[in-house]
Amino acid sequence: MNNNSEKKIVKTIKVNLDKCNGCRACEMACSAFHAVPKYSSINPARSRIRVITDEINDEYVPIRATDYTKAGCDGRRTYTINGKEYSECSFCGSVCPTRDLFKDPDSGLPLKCDLCEDDPPQEEPLCVQACSLDALTYEEVEKVEYEESVKLSEMELGLKSLVDRYGYQKVTDSFARLSRKS
Amino acid sequence: MRYAETGYSLEVDLSTGNIEKVETDPKWTELYLGGQGIAAKILWDRVPPDVEPFSPDNLLIFSAGLLHGTPVPGANRTAVNTFSPQTNLLAHSLMGGFFGPELKYAGYDRIIIRGKAPKLVYLWIKDDKVEIRDAAHLQGKGIHGTTALIREELNEPHCQVAGIGLAGENKVYTASIEHGFNSAARGPGPVMGDKRLKAIAVRGTKDLHIAKPAELFEYCIDLRRKIAESDDVGDWMAVDEDDSFHHDNFAWGNARVRIKNYWSEELQQRWTDLKYDNMDRQKGCYNCSKQCINVINYKGHRFGYKCYGKDTYHMAAFKELDFSYEILPIAMEYGLDSYSTAQAIGFGIELYEAGILTDKDLPDFPTDSGERSFYLLEKIARREGAVGDALANGVYWAARQIGNGAEKYDHNTTKKFEQLPIKLGRLNPPYFLMIATGEKMAITQIEGSFPQDPLPTIEERKEFVEKWAPVVPDEKFKKYFMEWEKRHDISNEASCAITDWNEAMHFLDDSLGFCGFLSSFRGQFGGGVVYHINNMPEIVSLAHGMEIDKDKLWKCFQRIRTLVRALNVRRGLRRKDERPPENHWALRDEEFEQKLLDDYYDFKGWTKEGIPTVKTLEELELGYVGEEFIQRGILTGDEGTPSEELAKKEAEGKQGGASRE
Repeated sequence: MNNNSEKKIVKTIKVNLDKCNGCRACEMACSAFHAVPKYSSINPARSRIRVITDEINDEYVPIRATDYTKAGCDGRRTYTINGKEYSECSFCGSVCPTRDLFKDPDSGLPLKCDLCEDDPPQEEPLCVQACSLDALTYEEVEKVEYEESVKLSEMELGLKSLVDRYGYQKVTDSFARLSRKS
Repeated sequence: MRYAETGYSLEVDLSTGNIEKVETDPKWTELYLGGQGIAAKILWDRVPPDVEPFSPDNLLIFSAGLLHGTPVPGANRTAVNTFSPQTNLLAHSLMGGFFGPELKYAGYDRIIIRGKAPKLVYLWIKDDKVEIRDAAHLQGKGIHGTTALIREELNEPHCQVAGIGLAGENKVYTASIEHGFNSAARGPGPVMGDKRLKAIAVRGTKDLHIAKPAELFEYCIDLRRKIAESDDVGDWMAVDEDDSFHHDNFAWGNARVRIKNYWSEELQQRWTDLKYDNMDRQKGCYNCSKQCINVINYKGHRFGYKCYGKDTYHMAAFKELDFSYEILPIAMEYGLDSYSTAQAIGFGIELYEAGILTDKDLPDFPTDSGERSFYLLEKIARREGAVGDALANGVYWAARQIGNGAEKYDHNTTKKFEQLPIKLGRLNPPYFLMIATGEKMAITQIEGSFPQDPLPTIEERKEFVEKWAPVVPDEKFKKYFMEWEKRHDISNEASCAITDWNEAMHFLDDSLGFCGFLSSFRGQFGGGVVYHINNMPEIVSLAHGMEIDKDKLWKCFQRIRTLVRALNVRRGLRRKDERPPENHWALRDEEFEQKLLDDYYDFKGWTKEGIPTVKTLEELELGYVGEEFIQRGILTGDEGTPSEELAKKEAEGKQGGASRE
């Protein structure tokens, strides 16, 4: 582990569960923003934010897609907050094999929240813009960050998940075959 | 590529198990928009009038509105249409929530269900994969249990579920279809039960495309903010705890007893505390920033309600809000509509008090009206005993099944359907027309753009009209309102135009998929709705791509409205059925009312019997309806509107009986 540390502006979305009315406008807006061309289609299944919903438990938890992981955890813990029982998965943004969340419905590749990086930059991520009840708010905080590893780009992340699933050999073979075709 | 809509219907035959994905004619969208509009067209084409509601040939259609699934906020009410066993007419039914949009993402604009399953089943739709699955383990379960079990067994926590409870399974006429804390009432519940379809679960992961994506998205970001900030849209009763309106003005018990000055500050404080001490949150529907649904956790039951839905049971039983909090979760678990079921209960209690029902009919009938309500609720949901079986058919049929003088206690139904329990002094002419001629059965589904009452001062009227100006279709409505002083005193011309506009917004909402709290129902209170005839065309155009302006959209309303009328006319609806409850107003003037009805039929281009004339039908591109009317002998084709007929008669008189034309 190296000692690389630097002061950084950390962008973050804060979630106030008490303010969420469960409408899922955040999902709609996210999927629209990340459609190609931009806004051309709507599909919450492609969204990088999902509202985990269980009406009879009064559970509405917007979670954002974070990192891809090839192994699922046991996910067996439950938390009781104000008398309501939550599974730990309700707070987890990992893209893991144990659940059908944050995977592109066509390719199965992992999705990840990029806080709507855009050129020119958006004032706020789209989910925050769509949340008129301020259940989602955007914050930039200055933090000292210790660089742990190289961050993977979206494409690398996709490739990594393919490698995890099929092994290096198959991916390399398919890539070689595809390159020959084109 | 088709925009805003998917272009496909899902056809399911529960008798044969046949499932098909069928492409729809794009022309239908331009003529009937979607939602209830296209459902009406399908019912016209495929369900002849001799098909009984409980026949396998009756269709049950779940429709997404044209704008469901697009970025347009508050487009989320799913229409459910069929022919109702209670009225034998078109069942107009809507529910908020998430079902319609999810259906769109699965690649369908609607589900058309025909046939009857051999045993209780549920339908599972995931994109192109559609299955009819056994539902034996769901029998008798309420919507929350059903939803949880389906999500677990399919491992699909994001699927949306709509289904019936015990009441729907037992074909109780007042049963509703439940979806989370939302429900679709007025007819389709028992038909779903008859088809032995416990539930539909849907999950969609497909893209829905938009014609002018960036423009529409930008438009909607602004709208969403406006909706969140505005007091003129949404259910104001979710935030305003003063409910004197319903308690002082609506009738209690069997829709009969008014308690003026019931409301007090002390009561309001007590009920406000009860609500907020037990409320988890206020919830919204898909892509809408309003919080209309109060989610209450009371004595171990969690349930959600909105608006007047919290009042019906305690008002039927002369109780307080805590009573509704006790009975509502049970009634919703059974899947019973809180408007009509509460009236059936109030009716039953009154019959017992009048001695028409006795201890023999209702063994061990309690003395407390609250306990009596629970007693009857159980009987109704199970169709238990002769009385339970009768009350399960709603007030109109129950009165006739029970007999022995019970008929005269059925005093609040029109077209065999329970009306809101409103008993007033003098006639409100537009309300006479709406209740008489409405085919959405409940006044809340018909009224809404034009205020119910005049405002007392010119200044107040001016202020209202200023806010209202962007939403009115025509300047004349401002004039009508500015000049309106006494409720009963308004011209027939104004009454007709007001009724027409009120209806128009509901028909457009129910086809495009908008919620009435943002549009059709809400303009009367505050004036500043976000969806109206002046901005709907642009929204439709941005989402779907069709070229449409105000006139063309208005014509869509007229077409759909007329088609709905035609559906009911073909099943026997006539002028004689168009009567509000006799005691709705204390002071009545039969001659005035019948003249008003004539004038309205004229305005609509209908005959003296309330049947659209061939000319009217042709002008609305509904020529095929006219042809069938002639073929079936419903019209000869020569009939005119009441005033045209009168003119003909006068001309004939002048020409000494010479032939016409």
